Amino acid sequence: MILSGAEIVVETLIEQGCKTVFGYPGGQVINLYDALYTRSDRIQHILTAHEQGAAHAADGYARASGEVGVVIATSGPGATNLVTGIATAYLDSIPLIAITGNVPNSLIGKDSFQEVDITGVTLPITKHNFLVKSIDKLADTIREAFAIAKSGRPGPVLIDIPKDVQVATYPYQACPVVEKKLQKKAKGDKLSRAAQMIAECHKPYIYFGGGAVSADISKEITALADLIDAPIGCTMMGLSAVPVDHPRYLGMEGMHGHYASSVAQDEADLIITIGARFSDRATGNVAKYARKAKIIHIDTDGAELNKNVSVELGIECDVKDALQRLISLIDKTEHPDWMARIAELKAEEAVQFEKVTAKDRITPYALIQETAKHTAPDTPIVTDVGQHQMWVAQFYPFRNSRTFISSGGLGTMGFGLGAAVGAAKATGKRTVLFTGDGSFGMNLNELATVSAENVPVVIIIMNNHVLGMVRQWQTLFFQKHYSNTDLHDRKTDFVKLAEAFGIRGYRIHNLSELSGVMEKAFAEETPVLVDCAIYEDEFVLPMLPPGGCIEDIITERTDK
Amino acid sequence: MERFVIAILVENQPGILTRVASMFNRRGFNIDSLTVSETETHEYSRITISLTGDDGTCRQIIKQLKKLYNVKEVKVMDRQKSVFRELALIKLQNRPETRQEILSAVDIFRSKIVDFSPSTLCVEITGETSKIEAFIALVEPLGILEMCRTGVVAIERGCHYLNSETSL
Repeated sequence: MILSGAEIVVETLIEQGCKTVFGYPGGQVINLYDALYTRSDRIQHILTAHEQGAAHAADGYARASGEVGVVIATSGPGATNLVTGIATAYLDSIPLIAITGNVPNSLIGKDSFQEVDITGVTLPITKHNFLVKSIDKLADTIREAFAIAKSGRPGPVLIDIPKDVQVATYPYQACPVVEKKLQKKAKGDKLSRAAQMIAECHKPYIYFGGGAVSADISKEITALADLIDAPIGCTMMGLSAVPVDHPRYLGMEGMHGHYASSVAQDEADLIITIGARFSDRATGNVAKYARKAKIIHIDTDGAELNKNVSVELGIECDVKDALQRLISLIDKTEHPDWMARIAELKAEEAVQFEKVTAKDRITPYALIQETAKHTAPDTPIVTDVGQHQMWVAQFYPFRNSRTFISSGGLGTMGFGLGAAVGAAKATGKRTVLFTGDGSFGMNLNELATVSAENVPVVIIIMNNHVLGMVRQWQTLFFQKHYSNTDLHDRKTDFVKLAEAFGIRGYRIHNLSELSGVMEKAFAEETPVLVDCAIYEDEFVLPMLPPGGCIEDIITERTDK
Repeated sequence: MERFVIAILVENQPGILTRVASMFNRRGFNIDSLTVSETETHEYSRITISLTGDDGTCRQIIKQLKKLYNVKEVKVMDRQKSVFRELALIKLQNRPETRQEILSAVDIFRSKIVDFSPSTLCVEITGETSKIEAFIALVEPLGILEMCRTGVVAIERGCHYLNSETSL
């Protein structure tokens, strides 16, 4: 079959199992959009308001489904608008393919209209990128991009296609979906050594990250914990891989992690880390991190072993296979004293929580709990970045893996709305977006997409009229110099704004309105926006100050 | 701190040098010297990088290099089992009072004069980095006008190959 380059791109996407793409047309991708037009019965294109929103949508699609997300943009500004979205996916190891058009080969390097060296720009934020200079390599390059994006530690791949390559014609033959590249299996002696370390320890702590979500190892983690009688903690990226009601689960640890989880990690004599990378937000001061513990680090990316924290035993491997084999090597052990200490920590945490959580106003906790009454275990919960994100990470009762969708590594404000569109499209499920008035302001243009596509998303704005996270730091570390974090002068009426986009909006002023409004918001399957006023000086607690360690933990406000 | 020489076999494609160099830059690793050239097959290029750092840094660099898509092989060149060479071209002032000193240095270091003008002369010297540095130290007081060095290239002795597919 002789096809144009543009048609080959779309056929190859379909061939590789892609059902939905996100994007925005432009001069150098008109041909591509023509090929999408004539194949709209086999592949759906979601038009966003801005390329950044499209990139976040493709990312959200990938996070919610585990499939590779695909985004298309034109050359120049279209391509550069993807950059934040690609970097977001890169830092969180999300499989994403970004396809950009470029000026024809003959015009490359001449500073032509809307020309940008996007492979150069995205070099440090992609797993790999391609500039396809001739049509004979086009289909195979796209297939290879899929293989790279989803193999090993997943990540984004960009394919830049000059216009003349899209116009040229070449034979096309469909191929099967590319397999993930074979992953190294853990060496037997390393697993034996791990089993031995586990047998010798008295206070084991299992700690997983985003790798647990992408490797789908929820069952293996809980099985290992039951077998060796260990508590389980996680990084923010690991959230949702183990259900919050699991008796061994202590929750997220790190800068705003659960008290019990962070302290347990500090007191443990063995930390088994699975699919996590010891980010500074998770460890605090690495010199004082887990001083009493030996560390076993199991990860698919060998370059993460001994990168941030030096470990006793690093195992680069197919994580699922390694855990299954490790479990078969271990005898059931019990650590009653350690588990009693864990119970004590959980009790301490509950007391602290009671102390700092107000009852007479809408707290983020109350809002999140009220929301959870209306959601199902498989409801995608998307966040933006800031205080609201931390509160959701701390309080939302996640039950199914892949239901927490949030920008961890890059911390991209403005991620949420686009990602929610992607998550809703991937799952076909009613989706919840928790956002803040700051983050939401960044990319609220995607309300146009939500409205046009009738995306069933419930947008909950925790509106405190401040950039709360930075304000919290200013309160604690900058003598309350609230430099440029006060948004009270903004007159944005989010309910009217929603209505302007054709979306129903509600407002919650006080606690008495909370349950009634949430009831109404979740009653319909249409997009809804809920603007909920919260207290401007609500703190995210506990907090390990940046560069601090467990002794520095802040569990209540003392500045008042 | 130790000096390492890392040999990298990469696919011979445009932009690959940028990918390698960009990784060093992004991860904050310093390069002392870098050379790149074609190899015995058109398919691959060979990059030789010398750098100073501790063992941990070197290990991390190797792992990061191996993650790059176009990188085929990476190896730290063993001091004892490899040949290291570097070439330098050094332009010196050609003054009657120092000429003899320069010529004898050239002779002792088994280097050669490749250009000679009334006011300048140019020396080509090859050898291990330490030899070249010793020569430079010797002629520095005699007036170095200009200098360029290739950086280190290295190859293993005997039946060891960077390309694991190569065998006798």
